[in-house]
Amino acid sequence: MAATTETYAPAARTLALPRVNLRAVVMTLYLLFLLIPIYWLIKMSLQTNREILGAFTLWPQNPTLANYRVILTDPSWYMGYVNSITYVVINTVLSLAVALPAAYAFSRYRFLGDKHLFFWLLTNRMAPPAVFALPFFQLYSAVGLFDTHIAVALAHTLFNVPLAVWILEGFMRGVPREIDETAYIDGYSFPHFFVRIFMPLIASGIGVAAFFCFMFSWVELLLSRTLTAVNAQPIASIMTRTVSASGLDWGVLCAAGVLTIIPGALVIYFVRNYIAKGFALGRV
Amino acid sequence: MDKPVNQKAWFLVLPVLVLVAFSAVIPLMTVVNYSVQDTFGNNVFFWHGIGWFQEVLTSPRVHGAFGRQLLFSAIVLAIQIPLGVAIALCMPRRGIWVSVCLVLMALPLLIPWNVVGTIWQILGRSDIGLLGRALDAMGISFNYARNPLHAWIIVVVMDVWHWTSLVALLAYAGLRSIPQAYYQAAEIDQASRWKVFRYIELPKMRGVLLIAVLLRFMDSFMIYTEPFVVTGGGPGSATSFLSIDLVKMALGQFDLGPAAAFSLLYFLVILLVSWVFYTVMTTIDRAEG
Repeated sequence: MAATTETYAPAARTLALPRVNLRAVVMTLYLLFLLIPIYWLIKMSLQTNREILGAFTLWPQNPTLANYRVILTDPSWYMGYVNSITYVVINTVLSLAVALPAAYAFSRYRFLGDKHLFFWLLTNRMAPPAVFALPFFQLYSAVGLFDTHIAVALAHTLFNVPLAVWILEGFMRGVPREIDETAYIDGYSFPHFFVRIFMPLIASGIGVAAFFCFMFSWVELLLSRTLTAVNAQPIASIMTRTVSASGLDWGVLCAAGVLTIIPGALVIYFVRNYIAKGFALGRV
Repeated sequence: MDKPVNQKAWFLVLPVLVLVAFSAVIPLMTVVNYSVQDTFGNNVFFWHGIGWFQEVLTSPRVHGAFGRQLLFSAIVLAIQIPLGVAIALCMPRRGIWVSVCLVLMALPLLIPWNVVGTIWQILGRSDIGLLGRALDAMGISFNYARNPLHAWIIVVVMDVWHWTSLVALLAYAGLRSIPQAYYQAAEIDQASRWKVFRYIELPKMRGVLLIAVLLRFMDSFMIYTEPFVVTGGGPGSATSFLSIDLVKMALGQFDLGPAAAFSLLYFLVILLVSWVFYTVMTTIDRAEG
């Protein structure tokens, strides 16, 4: 008995030591792979165009904020951010408002066609935006909403409402049904119960759903570009148009890119434990 | 886990139904409409039957796009799934490094897709980009705008950069749900690291890995923005995947009939995969609940 433990323990120790190192090495390499492209974007955003096209350097020689100044003072640039944020916020509020009661219904009750409906919602989350680009363009042109924030916000509900319903349902199923029943016995009406008791219980779920609605609307380009021309043009679309122009200012383009990363980077810490759950539609 | 039957729950679902019907069903009906009609312009349409479907199904252009799409999805899955699992196994389990890793890994997932394209477009250029410059220094003249193989490499590497973290995060979530007792039991049995992975970790991760595979398949199957920004589908049509080709057809050339038929067939594939996804999800739910 003693002999086996003696031989076993040191063997485990010699095995464990290099393994820990290997894991750290792999992890470090992977994080470097992720961060170097982002570093390059930030580095170029701090350089003038002449410096970028001149001698090749690994870090900015004379860091300058001139590119950011261009974006923050030129309306044709900064209005892109205003437009993007406007339709993203409208979309997030709208998606959550309709998804909350629906997710409650799916998590608590069975009703005629519930499974079909749930599946149909999923297909919309999975639908390729390319299929919808042309009909959306015609639909919103026909009703006079083309080039408005509402049009993009409504178009993005195509994938954000199903996403919000699925994520919220995933969180709601974790709340025991006894709480609902107790509240009804105590004489709470449904709306009162829902807003006062239920919503605080799934506050983190609502936060995660809001974050993902915001994110997916923020990163989308195809629909927002198709549905806007001038007045509601999102920053993403302004950036692609700049790319296709000839006399291209790399520094400003990179600065614009860095600014689009900021909203995600600001809140990422708070949702770090839910990222997998959010991407997997509330499952996992 | 028996839910009571309550038909009034329909009223709670109604707003979603109306909204999604407006943004999904009406546009889809327009597509169906176009797919069976032809026009000589002036908004005069006439019945064309299944002509467009036949044309799309036999068109070499669509076949090419579909083939490239399948190849792309296959390559991307073959790299991202094993790599993602490996990364998840290498992640720290506790301490402040967990948060650091989670935040840094999630960063690429939250970058707008066109910026992802821009980042790699710049990185791969041999005059101003780090990657292009490094390859140049090694004696490889890297030019993704001219060389189809280089275009493919940069698009695949970009997708690996963009989405591997998703697989890793899902796999990590699966790993964390394994009770410590399993590892202790394995240690008592003196199971090798490989055996622990093969007989404990892999079976426990099966559910999340299925989700990861399906999500990555769906999203890579409808990829548009990133390759559009980097290569614009070129050189020639070397990297025009299904969505890029469809948008070219529908909004570029305004070939409504073929584009609509193409859309419907595309949507059918998506529907099929969605159904698999749904079945997997509900099976997992039942296993857990």
